Amino acid sequence: MNRRNFLATALAAGSAMLTPESSAGEMSHFEPPTAAREADAVQTMTFALTINGAEHQLPETPVNTTLLDCLRDSLHLTGTKKGCGLGQCGACTVLVDGRRVKSCLCLAVMQQGKQITTIEGLGRPEGLGTPEELHPLQAAFIEHDAFQCGYCTSGQIMSGVACIHEGHAGSDDEVREWMSGNLCRCGAYTNIVAAVREVARRSASA
Amino acid sequence: MIEAHGTIGSSVPRVDGRDKVTGRAKYAAEFAPEGLAYAALIESTIAAGAIRRIETASAKRAPGVLLVLTHENAPKLPYLPAKERPAVEPVAGEALRVLQDARILFNGQPIGVVVARTQSQAEYAASLVRVEYDVDTNPLTRFDPANAKPASAAAEKKGRGPESRQGDADGAFAAAAHRVDQTYVQPREHHSAMEPHATVAQWQGDKLTLWDKTQWVYNDADEIARVFGIPSESVHVINPYIGGAFGSALRTWPHVTLAALAARQSGRAVRLELSRRQLFYSIGFRPRAEQRVQLGADADGHLQALIQEAVAQTSTYEEFADATLDVPASTYASANRRTKYSLLPMNTNTPTPMRGPGHATGLIAQEIAMDELAVELGLDPIELRLRNFAERNPRKDLPWSSNGLRACYRAGAERFGWDKRSPQPRSMRSGRHLVGMGMATAMNPAPRYPSSASATLFADGTAVVRSATSDMGPGTYTAMTQIAADALGMPLAKVRFELGDSRMPIAKEHGGSTTTASIGPAVRAACAALLEKLHTVRTQFQLPQAETNDVVLRHAGLEILEAQGKAESAEEQKQYSTYSFGAVFAEVHVDPDFGTVRVARIVGAYDAGRIINPRLAHSQCIGGMVQGIGMALLEETAWDERFGRVVNANIAEYLIPVSADVIDLDAVFVPGEDTVLSSLGSKGLAELGLCGVAPALVNAVWHATKVRVRHLPVTPDKLLLAT
Ligand code: FES
Ligand code: FES
Repeated sequence: MNRRNFLATALAAGSAMLTPESSAGEMSHFEPPTAAREADAVQTMTFALTINGAEHQLPETPVNTTLLDCLRDSLHLTGTKKGCGLGQCGACTVLVDGRRVKSCLCLAVMQQGKQITTIEGLGRPEGLGTPEELHPLQAAFIEHDAFQCGYCTSGQIMSGVACIHEGHAGSDDEVREWMSGNLCRCGAYTNIVAAVREVARRSASA
Repeated sequence: MIEAHGTIGSSVPRVDGRDKVTGRAKYAAEFAPEGLAYAALIESTIAAGAIRRIETASAKRAPGVLLVLTHENAPKLPYLPAKERPAVEPVAGEALRVLQDARILFNGQPIGVVVARTQSQAEYAASLVRVEYDVDTNPLTRFDPANAKPASAAAEKKGRGPESRQGDADGAFAAAAHRVDQTYVQPREHHSAMEPHATVAQWQGDKLTLWDKTQWVYNDADEIARVFGIPSESVHVINPYIGGAFGSALRTWPHVTLAALAARQSGRAVRLELSRRQLFYSIGFRPRAEQRVQLGADADGHLQALIQEAVAQTSTYEEFADATLDVPASTYASANRRTKYSLLPMNTNTPTPMRGPGHATGLIAQEIAMDELAVELGLDPIELRLRNFAERNPRKDLPWSSNGLRACYRAGAERFGWDKRSPQPRSMRSGRHLVGMGMATAMNPAPRYPSSASATLFADGTAVVRSATSDMGPGTYTAMTQIAADALGMPLAKVRFELGDSRMPIAKEHGGSTTTASIGPAVRAACAALLEKLHTVRTQFQLPQAETNDVVLRHAGLEILEAQGKAESAEEQKQYSTYSFGAVFAEVHVDPDFGTVRVARIVGAYDAGRIINPRLAHSQCIGGMVQGIGMALLEETAWDERFGRVVNANIAEYLIPVSADVIDLDAVFVPGEDTVLSSLGSKGLAELGLCGVAPALVNAVWHATKVRVRHLPVTPDKLLLAT
């Protein structure tokens, strides 16, 4: 998209906002999208991602597909949740090479060659074992009743695992601060903090 | 019938916990039938007027696009009249008929839908659609109480009428020794559940399957059947998990129709998931309310006059009236009382119940005013409330079926350490922070609906109990499994409860704090009927009582044994008024230089009758406190009154509490059973958990700072400007 097209588009999108003070019936001004804009349509490509220790080959995928949409829509790994798609809620948190990231803010194509861990793979590192083996933090979430509806839970747990690894779980205050990127509308925060702290304490003494 | 044994009353972990922590629990958007295509909404960008021209050619040419639907090419839908207005609909008016004409009633209105092979293709194509409007230059986008109209006769029928009177409230107010007369504002608020609303629609011939975020699968099926003019049985609604809703999924919103329509027109299964921004327009919200409260009391603090007037917003096409003024009508004793309820139609989407609908709003005004009256009288806030305790429900002049409010004041005050509060405002400190303690009363009706359930025993000795209710997070799965296991005399692990499917025995909405008290008795009835059948089989085959259930079934050559159960409240219940009660206590620390408020702790004491699972009930109540912190300190829709748009239509700027906002929350339950409501003894808890939290916090802020904020939320600017 060139600069002129961008401006035209931006004006068109905003144009309706400019009109209410104009006379009744006056039409909103806009520039119809140009052929150039249509040609901006994204490319597709095929690639592979390593998720929970297993390689997943993706079909032709638009390159602007987020890691989140790729996980949920293409691979049906729906344990990773979409709460906003804007990096504001943390429901989509996964681990990439051990670090927590918001998968709605990552492009899938850029994760090639990296180790992606989602909630489905947390209890069985390297793809081994069965889903029945819970990660200690998953077990602690049940124990502390650290959720109600469960929709933020995958993100909370992935974030909590990273929070502990980062060494940011030394006190309740610290956990609250470093877990504040994960919203929970059901309000399970105090129980989430308790669960993270318990696992952090146990892993510190182990 | 109260068992001394069993699992009821014990804190068993959530039965769906494992599915939720492993990501296996499936929410509506996660069902992916064969050939699924993805939809994106197109929305209006003006508040009122009409579409003059809609330009879709480039969207249609965009990659992956299968269909672009607007009012120009959408088929006319039957929209048959409803047999009766579903309880969750507004009291009057008619829901938006989506894509049926060119009219624009609010900004953000769905005016089209794009279906494409991927979500990003659909969203990109939707961004290419251009619209010309005939703009109505005088949209109703400003909240101007002067334009409000009295609530209608339809609202009156639901007990939400334009006025109520008892005695001579105005005369008594004028004559009262002590008076408070203030106005309180609660802004528009949004449910903001973490799971976006989503619908997956698939037609097979003239049969429709909907995987839809809903708190009422039966009504969802009925509504869509009505819109498409097909029998209700042709619509199968499935929704095993809800990622929070708090009322937003009670109604069947226009986007559900759009998903079904897009699926029918494209010949594909279609998923329509609302974006976070669209959730500020396409579902309802808690309406802005401005309330004037006049309290008159004698020297002893006995209320002589209680007047509360509310103006709340609704849309231009529907009248949403809620129970705000049930609060002044039902909480305290007073010989003279008057309420007035007006509604302001605006070019906005229609409001809808949000946790504690009406009551949370009414309590904000009433309970802050009561605190102001306590100050005026020099009386302890709890003492003032005790002196005005209502022995019967004053509104209906009926006895309470149970009322543990006084016990809540006592238990809460003790747990909180209310006796450490110095009566003087701005007199307590912690370091450089001002410390404040405040409290408020909580109350909410606890109704019960007729319900049904089935219970099935399998030859492997396990049982499944079903009812078409929902679980948006409180723990319906767990509580009903406990009730069923106890009723069947089986261990928890052998009993499974299933819900969220319109082919299951009929249930009403999972809302209004009704689920446990309504479904619980039906589950018991089904289990009792099953045991009855089992007994008959035993007798028939002359099997000893000691023989286990699986053996009985095998002897009888039965794969399964199934029974149905129904339950509704006894006639006698009409002679009583049933409410849940609570007392909420809060401690805040305020930075005197920055005006920032930290909530150090909240303690709530609740009377919700018999508690099925204390751990889950505790979680539900502290969750309500978190939302109450939002209501008191953070949440506010920034409304652009020129254009009728939400400026902060996202969850970074529409602030909801984060972990760092929440420190220490505790809930205690006073002992009690409401055996009038049902033999189970439980009363509703969900709404109650939010009620009273915001006013307790506002009152604590006053106690810390001596600044009375009457316009929520309490933001630092309001505290600093006042000092
Ligand atoms: S979905 Fe990624 S942060 Fe909300
Ligand atoms: S458990 Fe529902 S949003 Fe966190």
